[in-house]
Amino acid sequence: MASALNSPHYRYLLRLADNALVLGHRLTEWSSRAPTLEEDIALSNIALDLVGQARSLYGHAITIGGDGRDEDHLAFLRDTHEFLNVQLVEQPNGDFATSMARQLCYSAFAVPLWEGLARSKDSELAGIAAKAGKECAYHLRHSSEWVIRLGDGTAGSHRRMQRAIDDIWMFTGEMFELDEVDRQMIAAGVAADASKLLPIWNETVDDVLAEATVKRPADGWMISGGRQGTHTEHLGHMLAQMQFLKRAYPGAVW
Amino acid sequence: MIAAMVTSTQPGADALARASAVLEGVADPELPFLTLEDMGILRGVRVAGDAIEVSITPTYSGCPAMDVIALDITTALAKAGFDNVRINRVLSPAWTTDWLSADARDKLRANGIAPPERPQGKRALFAETEVACPTCGSKSTERVSEFGSTPCKAHYRCLACREPFQYFKCI
Repeated sequence: MASALNSPHYRYLLRLADNALVLGHRLTEWSSRAPTLEEDIALSNIALDLVGQARSLYGHAITIGGDGRDEDHLAFLRDTHEFLNVQLVEQPNGDFATSMARQLCYSAFAVPLWEGLARSKDSELAGIAAKAGKECAYHLRHSSEWVIRLGDGTAGSHRRMQRAIDDIWMFTGEMFELDEVDRQMIAAGVAADASKLLPIWNETVDDVLAEATVKRPADGWMISGGRQGTHTEHLGHMLAQMQFLKRAYPGAVW
Repeated sequence: MIAAMVTSTQPGADALARASAVLEGVADPELPFLTLEDMGILRGVRVAGDAIEVSITPTYSGCPAMDVIALDITTALAKAGFDNVRINRVLSPAWTTDWLSADARDKLRANGIAPPERPQGKRALFAETEVACPTCGSKSTERVSEFGSTPCKAHYRCLACREPFQYFKCI
């Protein structure tokens, strides 16, 4: 129970959960604003899957060694520097191409990650992963189809899709990094080795970009630090909206 | 199916039988022509002291029906005289559409929802599943949207009879 924040297992689960929650919340920002009714429903469904994954992961993290903070506290009362998601998922929705580029980059990573975690020695995590992997396979197909449709569409949609991929690219490297938390959890058989997922991710993303006639950006400098609590300014703005109700009405439950 | 998962602790055998009978009648809130048992959502029931402990598993991580399902189970058991009910959510093994019984698949079709078809291969990202129209049976159908009115369904259209329909997604 003590020193829960230093427990690598707890931190590892929180990172997974925060990725899902932050991206899930970003997608809810499309609700009632998506280009078509079907797409509005699709994005809300994907958000629902992600928020559901986050809830399962927070719940599990709390049982293996929390510090008394419940699920609502973790989601609604932590400040920016306490969130451990990769910076990719907190990037603003932008135009539809930007949201789909972000979704493709995350989903192409999430599918093999959950596949690996379905074999985790942490049996509860394995159960969550088995379900999440199936859900993310649908998310990957959905975003891939949009990247292809927009990339291989009109001159205007192609230009915006290319720009979206160019702009998001520097946020993709962080997903494959390992630090001490990851290494300890990999050694314990709990974590999947994210650094080994890069070839799979490359294959998936390259296939989609080729079909979309979108040029793959060069792998230059990659932004890092989200998983240690360093974030872009966008996360703060997002949390201000997401956490408003809980903070304005302390102790409120629903 | 559920009987195999029933475990009994000494004096509660009668209570267990009664509780199981009640649970067999609880319907899925989104698909009321199917029971929770048909769906494979109901994973087990046992007597623990003077409490009935029911295990359920979600179809999708964020399925918003889980709270209603828990409430429906608690209410149905309360009506049968069981005041002390504990709902236990289990995530492992993960729910799969393979757990839908043959009977459940027929009931889905009879209610205008195409039952799940075998999943495509892992790398076959764009492999289309052949989905038959539940109204006319034609296999000439097209996917309108991967995501439908609930997390577990997709939106399709029949190209033969032109009827829109829902497809229960394979996971």
